[in-house]
Amino acid sequence: MNTIQRIVVLAKQVPDTRQVGKDAMTAEGTVNRAALPAIFNPEDLHALELALTLKERCAGASVYLLTMGPQRAADIIREAMYRGADGGYLLSGREFAGSDTLATSYALACALRKIGADVIVAGRQAIDGDTAQVGPQVAEKLGLPQVTYAEEVVNIEQGYLTIRRRIAEGIEVVKAPFPLVITVNGSAPACRPRHAKRLMYYKSARCRSELHAAPASFAAQRVAAKPELEIIEWTAANIQPDAAQLGLQGSPTKVKRIENVVFQAKEAKCLTAADEELEGLIQELMAAHTIG
Amino acid sequence: MNNLFVYIEQEAGRVADVSLELLTKGRELATQLGVQLEAVVIGADLAGIEQELARYGADTVWVADDACFAPFRTLPHTAVLTGLIRDEQPQIVLFGATCVGRDFAPRVSSALHSGLTADCTQLEIGDHTDAKTGTHYENLLYQIRPAFGGNIIATIINPEHRPQMATVREGVMRKAYAAVSGRGERREIAWQGYLSESDMAVEILDREIKERNIDIKGAHIIVAGGYGVGSKENFALLHELAEVLGGEVGASRAAVDAGFTEPERQIGQTGVTVRPKLYIACGISGQIQHTAGMEQSAMVISINTDPAAPITKIADYAITGRVEEVIPKLIKYYKKNSK
Repeated sequence: MNTIQRIVVLAKQVPDTRQVGKDAMTAEGTVNRAALPAIFNPEDLHALELALTLKERCAGASVYLLTMGPQRAADIIREAMYRGADGGYLLSGREFAGSDTLATSYALACALRKIGADVIVAGRQAIDGDTAQVGPQVAEKLGLPQVTYAEEVVNIEQGYLTIRRRIAEGIEVVKAPFPLVITVNGSAPACRPRHAKRLMYYKSARCRSELHAAPASFAAQRVAAKPELEIIEWTAANIQPDAAQLGLQGSPTKVKRIENVVFQAKEAKCLTAADEELEGLIQELMAAHTIG
Repeated sequence: MNNLFVYIEQEAGRVADVSLELLTKGRELATQLGVQLEAVVIGADLAGIEQELARYGADTVWVADDACFAPFRTLPHTAVLTGLIRDEQPQIVLFGATCVGRDFAPRVSSALHSGLTADCTQLEIGDHTDAKTGTHYENLLYQIRPAFGGNIIATIINPEHRPQMATVREGVMRKAYAAVSGRGERREIAWQGYLSESDMAVEILDREIKERNIDIKGAHIIVAGGYGVGSKENFALLHELAEVLGGEVGASRAAVDAGFTEPERQIGQTGVTVRPKLYIACGISGQIQHTAGMEQSAMVISINTDPAAPITKIADYAITGRVEEVIPKLIKYYKKNSK
């Protein structure tokens, strides 16, 4: 297999943990998920850009998004379509609930076997967990090589990609055969914006459960007329899994305990920016040999 | 059998600090469990490496020493470590949460179908009783980490699967020689039996590694900036203050993500952990992911426009004001008073 036909981007819809405001916790001290906006995981957008750039360099290639999540995760598939993706797959259902990274990678690997991908691209990590595990775990499950922390595909030749990656204190250029899994760093080029014509066309894209919820909608009529507007929605049954490896029961890691964060307040000495107060502080620190 | 493994990261025979920190923690946990502490080194030119590792308490040092293992590549490292784990059955395996550890530890966990907890801030041994089945488990590894934007601290366990695996960031654990050195017995890994041709599929064409020139971990004084600093230009003020005081500049993740400064300066759960004599937090609100990496500072001064910012709760001095105003004044009065 020497040409790239199918590029699949693994992406996740995440709560925007960077926007944690005062209402992020409920009065009972639990996380108020509803107060956090759901967004396209930032590094997955970099992955999408790398995939779209690769597609432009490989005649006849297509880019598909694959995500696992609730029905509303179809939003990020539409978002990817607006920016250039050709289609998408949503893995959804209660069988997947409670998955840790290993169970997630297992489900994604099953779906990828069914889709058949020449290149799999994912963001390095998701901002709600920061584990950076799912990409490498998918690669292992599929028996594929991986290139992590990628910034750019610098060359494409018969059966091989040459990729520049960012590692701790430097860069590395590697040549890897495809099929393979690439995880993309936040330092890679940002994703192109939405394309106005694509937005008009793909805003009617819907997955099966969305069509089911609104069978007479304008979007449903559009999907009936244009099959490429259907987002493929799969439940566990569609990907022929070993049920024991899915969801909570397929997750080796268990949460034993959750504690809310309580700061142990110590009495801070409060100062203003007034000159005499700051000079007093400096003198105090110098007298204590903390500075100077 | 059922010992505790620490994966040792090294470059040209120089062992990474994070690996020595994990050996120190591993020694404590292994003693508590009554098992051996075993270090695993996969690389090239590793003659004598066991001596240093023994000082940190390693009883056994497993070594795969061959040119094909340097520089690090995912597949050969995964194959060798996975093979060794299958044969030796350790109950716990610890990795540094570095570029290398975060690249191949997930593959090892996937191959072994065992759980891996990323970026732990504490590791403890404890028991667990499953609420549904009533099954009691003794001496599990509690893998403790902040989660969900740092609003909660989660304790993760792997009751049924072995090994129990975790990664830990550099600087989170303390590094110290063991009270009694380990035996440091060097054992060669029979790695030839673990590798296959396809593990060599990825070729490194070029590699440019800079010496690490930012050392915030070793600094006695740290001037750290958050998103509230506002711009790259304002970060220059922090550098000025750090230079005057003889310190280093650190940053919160938000400041790094905003492009105000280099990722090497990031302090916190997903950066490094520091314990300086003085920590000046500028425009840092004080989310737990950040404070997890600096709360052991001897003294904390916060500069923030919001007097109610969470950082105030761990600060010794809370200055309410704008960074652009306060820092030049601190520089001015330091210079004036040190004459």
